[in-house]
Amino acid sequence: MAALRRLRGSNNEGVLALVLLGLIVAMSIANPTFFTLNTGFSILRSAIVPVIFALGVLIVVITGGIDVSFAAIAIFAGYATVSFCLNAGFDPGLPGIFAIAIGVGASLGFVNGIVIAQFSLPTLIVTLGTQGVFFGAMYTYVGASYYAELPGSMAALATSNLLDVTTSSGRAYLHLLVVPVLLLCLLVAWVLKRTMFGRSLYAMGGDLEAARRAGFQVKRTQVSVYMLVGALAAIAGVIHIVLSRSANPRDLVGGELDIIAAVVLGGASIFGGRGSVVGTVLGVLLVQVIKNSLLLVGVPSAWLRTAVGVLLVLGVGIQAIAARRDSRRMRVIEDLDSAQQHEQKVGS
Amino acid sequence: MTSMTTSQPPTPFVSARGISKSFGGVPALVNVSIDLIPGEVHCLAGENGCGKSTLIKIISGAERPDSGEIVIDGVSHAQINAHAAIQGGIQVIYQDFSLFPNLTVAENIVLTAEVASGRRLYSPGSVLPKAKAILQELELDLDLDREVGDLSVADKQLTAICRALVNDARAIIMDEPTTALTHTEVSRLFALVERLRARGVALLFVSHKLEEVLAVSQRLTIMRSGRQVVSGPTSEFDQRSISRHMTGREVDESRVVSDLDLTAPLALEVSKLSLAGAYRDVSFGLHRGEILGVTGLLGSGRTEIAESLFGVTPADEGEIRVGGKLVPIRTIQDAVTARIGYVPEDRLSQGLFLEKSIADNIVAASLESHRTRWGTLSRAGIATTIKQYFVGLKINAPNAQAPVRTLSGGNAQRVVLAKWLATAPTVLMLNGPTVGVDIGSKEEILELLRVEAAKGMSVIVISDDAPELVAACHRVLVIKQGRLTHTLEGDQITVDTIQERMSA
Repeated sequence: MAALRRLRGSNNEGVLALVLLGLIVAMSIANPTFFTLNTGFSILRSAIVPVIFALGVLIVVITGGIDVSFAAIAIFAGYATVSFCLNAGFDPGLPGIFAIAIGVGASLGFVNGIVIAQFSLPTLIVTLGTQGVFFGAMYTYVGASYYAELPGSMAALATSNLLDVTTSSGRAYLHLLVVPVLLLCLLVAWVLKRTMFGRSLYAMGGDLEAARRAGFQVKRTQVSVYMLVGALAAIAGVIHIVLSRSANPRDLVGGELDIIAAVVLGGASIFGGRGSVVGTVLGVLLVQVIKNSLLLVGVPSAWLRTAVGVLLVLGVGIQAIAARRDSRRMRVIEDLDSAQQHEQKVGS
Repeated sequence: MTSMTTSQPPTPFVSARGISKSFGGVPALVNVSIDLIPGEVHCLAGENGCGKSTLIKIISGAERPDSGEIVIDGVSHAQINAHAAIQGGIQVIYQDFSLFPNLTVAENIVLTAEVASGRRLYSPGSVLPKAKAILQELELDLDLDREVGDLSVADKQLTAICRALVNDARAIIMDEPTTALTHTEVSRLFALVERLRARGVALLFVSHKLEEVLAVSQRLTIMRSGRQVVSGPTSEFDQRSISRHMTGREVDESRVVSDLDLTAPLALEVSKLSLAGAYRDVSFGLHRGEILGVTGLLGSGRTEIAESLFGVTPADEGEIRVGGKLVPIRTIQDAVTARIGYVPEDRLSQGLFLEKSIADNIVAASLESHRTRWGTLSRAGIATTIKQYFVGLKINAPNAQAPVRTLSGGNAQRVVLAKWLATAPTVLMLNGPTVGVDIGSKEEILELLRVEAAKGMSVIVISDDAPELVAACHRVLVIKQGRLTHTLEGDQITVDTIQERMSA
């Protein structure tokens, strides 16, 4: 029983893994072309950017907040970096490009963090506002034109593959960038589980006032969280530009729903205090597989957004219903406990 | 006085001296001094709003005093911050415990100490032994791997106490620690307090329950309207003198019940009511004008019975008759139509719109009765109702437009009462009507119920506060493990019999 519970995971990661597995099996039976290395690799490739976004969203959601400006930050940071490099006519190399983008992203996140922490404002409204501000600022000050050419180092990365397998249905490529994403996942998981900073995020999500009283630096942590989200978003932004081999300022913004849905499906509680990296990655994969498989079975792409929306509502709904059922079950258990205690007392 | 003392008076660990504090020109504390001595329980008693909480906040560094000093271990501070207070060994256990519901018991116990020590990394492996050690020391039995949100109130409190001790607390301040505990849990807590005392911890116990004050403390400070009324060894006080100092007047807690007309038809008749997992086979009748007590331990089913009568969780089986007529109560709407009112246990979250004005809260449940034939609301009628109850219930606020959030416990409870009285219910059920209410307001609330009952309303009081049941109830039903085990009447209703029947 205990082993079963561990398999289920504290945030139902086990259940999610089963659902994902079931979906893959079902899709493979329904459409044999689904179960190929090509599909698998392309789903992984399509999950690279969402996973990085989702890690950021996970961190905020654990603290009990929400950030909807991450896509705007990502494209701002990525596009501004590319635009700067192209206009200045020099290529600082990949580390340089990522460093510039992360600096821009963290600064934008700092704006979110300061506004939220200093004035204790609702996170959804603030980030909804800054999303517009960042996007508008990018159009006004950075530019709105489409770059079809990227700096050399980025263009080179675009075609780097980790695996290159020849299958019956053609060549299948696994993009090199899955490696840094995997490392990023491990890093975030380690931070969440093994650092006081990580634990303070869960504490704040559990009870903000209690966290303050316990001596956590709540405001400083909040600012760090939004800077971290900004930095992660910037990485995602650069990678998105690399993968699409062009810098389009109209990209990414509008796709926030997919990410938030994936994080919530992954077991992170929208009320804060719960969530894991494993669950989040599974959530992203689930959303990507569903989108992919819906396309394969011929569902028009317009319905994809509907499907993701339904998933989000389902995810939140299941959480709420489970919480309610747990509280009811607890009451019965407490009744039993007191009944047993009573019997012991009578017996002795 | 100096020549009379035979032994050196014990050195206090923490002293607050001459503390004054005002908020926006209104004095909250005026020249208050208090000593916390190792191995001693100091009780701080006073009615709601007397300045107890402000004093605690100043000692724990959450608020800064306008004047006065805090002396910790002989070192004087004009003010301290929360971090310094914790470092100095002062721990506060707040009424809401300030625990993290989403973390395990072990993490809750250890996490604040880890923060205080300025660690950057966190190792789950080293946390467990630390938490285990403190449990063993206090001889407590808690499941360290359980999430705190799943614990009972009493276990949450134990977790909070363990957490304080892991932080090497030398002074523990407990804010109203017994409010949510049952009788047995309170005695368990007091046993633990004795063990803490033996360890040389200085305890400050904030309470307004007189029995507890007398049972647990060695020293007593009573406050009223921000002033220190009296301080001294607890042995020099009795219940009567404490309540006199707290309220500034004589408070009558004795039993006052009217004669009932037993020939009148029953207002409410419940027969063989059952709800799986909560209660079984409950039958009783309620006379017109009767105040009926329903008591039992937490989880005995007492609350569930009331919630079924109000349609929150409808019963599985059984019949409910209101005024002789069979009424199926499946929803709250059914209960309201049958003129049954319910004041829930957690009035702050369930019974009030905290951000709304007193006036809005008073009419919230009775708007229907002010409907004109055009489907609009009669402003004049609403105003009359508001005035009637605002004045009639002596709600202590500058005016009826003040938000309910700003009111003290006793006044907030009066607003909830006003809300339901305005609906003119035949049967009014109150769950813990005086929980968190100070002794003066408590007496007044009970008197209000007596008056309404005399006018013909039937009242059910669900409570485990035996003195309150004795003071007001015609009969008391004892619920144990979901069954109605005893019906106490007349002379049987005493504090001792009620407590005995409840936990026996």
